[in-house]
Amino acid sequence: MLENKIDKDLLGAVADLHEVPMGAYNIRKNGEGMARQSTKNIIIEPKKDKPGIDIIVKAGTKNESVHIPVIVTESGVNDVTYNDFYIEDDCDVLIVAGCGIHNSGSEKSEHDGIHIFHIGKNARIKYVEKHYGQGEGTGERVLNPTTEIEMDENSYCEMETVQIKGVDSTLRETNARLKAGAKLLMTEKLMTHGKQVAHSNMVINLDGKDASAQIISRSVAKDESEQVFYPRAVGNAACRAHVQCDSIIMDNARIRSIPEIAANHYDAQIVHEAAIGRINNDQLIKLQTFGMSEEEAEEIIIKGFLK
Amino acid sequence: MLELKNVSFKVEGQKGILEIIDNVSLTINDGEFVVITGPNGGGKSTLAKLIMGIEKPTSGQILFNGQDITGMSITDRAKLGIGYAFQQPPRFKGITVRRLLSLAHGSELPEDLCCSYLTNVGLCSKEYLNREVDTSLSGGEVKRVEIASIMARELSLAIFDEPEAGIDLWSFTMLVETFKVMKNKRNQSIVLISHQERIMSVADRIIVIANGKIREEGSRDEVFPRLLGEFDGACNFRNERKD
Repeated sequence: MLENKIDKDLLGAVADLHEVPMGAYNIRKNGEGMARQSTKNIIIEPKKDKPGIDIIVKAGTKNESVHIPVIVTESGVNDVTYNDFYIEDDCDVLIVAGCGIHNSGSEKSEHDGIHIFHIGKNARIKYVEKHYGQGEGTGERVLNPTTEIEMDENSYCEMETVQIKGVDSTLRETNARLKAGAKLLMTEKLMTHGKQVAHSNMVINLDGKDASAQIISRSVAKDESEQVFYPRAVGNAACRAHVQCDSIIMDNARIRSIPEIAANHYDAQIVHEAAIGRINNDQLIKLQTFGMSEEEAEEIIIKGFLK
Repeated sequence: MLELKNVSFKVEGQKGILEIIDNVSLTINDGEFVVITGPNGGGKSTLAKLIMGIEKPTSGQILFNGQDITGMSITDRAKLGIGYAFQQPPRFKGITVRRLLSLAHGSELPEDLCCSYLTNVGLCSKEYLNREVDTSLSGGEVKRVEIASIMARELSLAIFDEPEAGIDLWSFTMLVETFKVMKNKRNQSIVLISHQERIMSVADRIIVIANGKIREEGSRDEVFPRLLGEFDGACNFRNERKD
């Protein structure tokens, strides 16, 4: 396993994997399982009725990790996979997902990951997902992830999604429901270039007392690319939510940012902030006075912004 | 050595051509500490920007160590060892104080050096190293990080545009001491725009700019007493007390 250079590059880019990972893992390539390992506390088993896997993290599992990267290296692949995560009560685990597409052909390659998270009482998860595309072909590289998150009482979920390079088209759908005391921290980082298009729709329902959510979206749109953000936070109880969308626009790109907040309870406190703007001229000048060229300065500013 | 020869900077305003800088010639010697002062709107900040290359003169010549830098970019001037501290420094989302100082330095700066620069500007370094230089810092804090970023560079000529603005009294005392230390650093010339008596008292030479021209220039001992007299005359409150 991992002998092929393209496989290695993709796995490195999306999951920081350079060797076979420790702990539980499932590596999917071109629509088929390539390698899988369960551990005593984390069971990964293929679904019987449709493509995908069930990941069961047994109650009380702490400081363990699951890697579930997907790679697509053939042109013309249309891979749909259903992954269900059952994180039982009192767990504390790291889940590293991600999808890398290498398309050197002329046909479209697409991966649609449909992830459902059931996070048990007092359980904590950190979920990291990177999207990356490469390949010299003219075929489109498409990733359409759908994520459903059910958070039980006092659970905690930190979700970080990153798409920095090479994906031509993305439609991301995210839905979360939070019970009492649940806390969701979602960070989305996106950079589009060329003629890429990225849409992100999100609905966060805060259903229980003291549920809280923080949504942070940072994006950079270059060239002719287009981005649309539509995060919605709905407070159905005494809860708190903060939505922040911040974008840098460059060249002939287009960005729409539509944060929506709704309160259906007297004690819901929900805030949104949204900003779109080009790189500040004084920032560029400041870094040039350190001896950087304008291009170097731009790169440093974008890198910091998306850090 | 920095030489400005007949430098002018004109802009087109609503009432016609405005002479922001009008035929200014001056020299800053190696290792010299020069304070530029004068009324607001007199052209001081523009002069500093012309030296850094942020603005280009409409006529005249700027020489640095004999080399004509009049048409040179900001980046190339920075590479020659010219640095500039903004009057109102920009903020950077996602860039920490430590990262900014390292970018100024040109390579990763060791923690103890970062700390010593921050201490010099009155910031408790441990608290600040990993904070982002964004809107979470106050105006005075950003300003002090800006001054520290100049210290983190190896410069032949450091330009400061009103470094005292927005800095509290306690930190100001420390800042004056820091400038005294910088003054003693051999081969580094300092051009500092200021209205502060205590900063002027550190200067080797004071240049007064008004209406885009040099109104007066000379050693600290010559110019400083005259300026103090002028301030006295300008203040009605003090005049009344004299009566």
